[in-house]
Parts: sequence; structure tokens; C-alpha cells
Amino acid sequence: MVYLTRKAEFAASHYYHNPDFTPEENQRIFGKCNNPNGHGHNYTLEVTVKGEVDPRSGFVVDLKQLKEILNREVLDAMDHRFLNKEVPEFSARIPTTENLAIAIWQRLVSKLNKAQLHRVRVYETPDLFVDFYGEA
Amino acid sequence: MKAHLTRRYMFSASHRLHSDAMSEAENAATYGKCNNPYGHGHNYALEVTVSGPVDEGTGMVCNLVDLDGFVQREILQRFDRENLNTRAEFLRTVPTTENLCTAIYDILQRGFTHVHLDKVRIEETMMNSFEYAGQGDCAIE
Repeated sequence: MVYLTRKAEFAASHYYHNPDFTPEENQRIFGKCNNPNGHGHNYTLEVTVKGEVDPRSGFVVDLKQLKEILNREVLDAMDHRFLNKEVPEFSARIPTTENLAIAIWQRLVSKLNKAQLHRVRVYETPDLFVDFYGEA
Repeated sequence: MKAHLTRRYMFSASHRLHSDAMSEAENAATYGKCNNPYGHGHNYALEVTVSGPVDEGTGMVCNLVDLDGFVQREILQRFDRENLNTRAEFLRTVPTTENLCTAIYDILQRGFTHVHLDKVRIEETMMNSFEYAGQGDCAIE
């Protein structure tokens, strides 16, 4: 089994707000991130796939295809977008880095054919990242 | 769904690697330049990884304000701009980054109990890093 990681970057804005919470609760739990006008990050995405090395190509996965899938499924939908308003997963779910990693996993997992998705890592800043391995 | 969250912190400290159980010659042979009696320092990068179900209401594994507050209070205030050899944690152990890793893991494990601690990772320099995931060593990679 060999693991391959592809990196991508995207820039997006978001804010944290739960309509079931009172304004005070939203402020206490989410702090500055509760500003309804949003704020942005340069996100770094690392997608790790795993599989056996194909004896003919020497590849675990065709990187060109992986890049196309990442562009189509993730970057086209999220790059230079307001996540709360433009990405359907976040119409009723808060676009935290945790939920972003889960949403990206769900967008990718069924699109890969030969290699198997191992990990989605999303850096919100260089000091904060979330890993999702598809665990229930 | 379960996610793993990692937060990175910086602190600066000095230390001297020296074991009272060794002769002077052994200390010099084992620790080399790190045995200099005046000590030397590093900019340490600490990564704390916690995991758990993503809360439906908040979208979070753990509120960063809580984690940052705990690390600031219990770890950074204890070690940042300090000489590690003078700290209670290293009265009986050598302040290698291995021992620093386990000391910080123990502080988090004992005091930050509302989320599961996966591991502690410390970069002593850009060239070397150390990880500790507890006795079970349950790192999933």
C-alpha cells in the first residue's frame, strides 16, 4: 500500500452562527467568528489517497485525474466563495474547519475509482488544521 | 462524525542536556554541544491533536477558545521564556524533547479532559520533531 498526497489552495469566507442559539450564546461560543458579514481564510487542502502501485503505470493514482477531480468537486465550488451562502452543505451546517473537512471528504469519496480516499486535511491557517478519515 | 483537530503553538526556552547518573565524560560523549553548562535555547513548535465527534450545534470537536486558554495557562506560561532545567517537571529527568513531549502530554491528559487527546508533537528545530500519543500509542496513521 502506498499513500499519495495532493495539495491545493483555495480562498473563501465564512462566519459561524447557529440560529437555534440566542445572540448571546452565538457571541459567547463563536466570538469574532460570529460577525455576520463574514471573514476569510486562505485554506490549504491536502488529500491523501492510498492503493497498490499499478505495475504498468507505476502510479497509485493518475495525478492529472486526481487534480481534475479536486478542481471540479472542491475548488470550483469553494474557491473565492462565501461558504455559508454559496456551498449547499453549509446552508444548515456551520462551516467550521471540521465540517469543511467532512464536506470535502463526502464530495470526493465516491468520485475516486482506483485509489481509496485515506485522509482529508484542511488547514484554516498554518496554526490550525483538521483531519478527517471518514470515521463515523 | 469523528474528526481530528490540530492546533500549533510556539514557545521559546533554554535547556541543558545533562544526566547526574553519568560521568562528565559520558555526558560529553552522549550530549555533545547540548551538555554546555550554560545551556542553549530553541524556538519550539508544539502541535496538540485532539479528536471526537463533531458537535451538531457548534460544528466543532472542541472550542478553540478552551484549548487555547488551557495551553496558554498550563503550558506556555510554564515553559515559554524559561530554562527547562529549573522547572519542577525536569527535576529528575533530562529536558530532552522526548521528555518535554511526555510532560506536556501528561499536563493535557490530566487537565484538559473534555475531549480526547490524540497526541502531542514538538518540533525542536526545523530538522527534528518528536511525537507522543500516550502509552497505547494509538496514532492512526
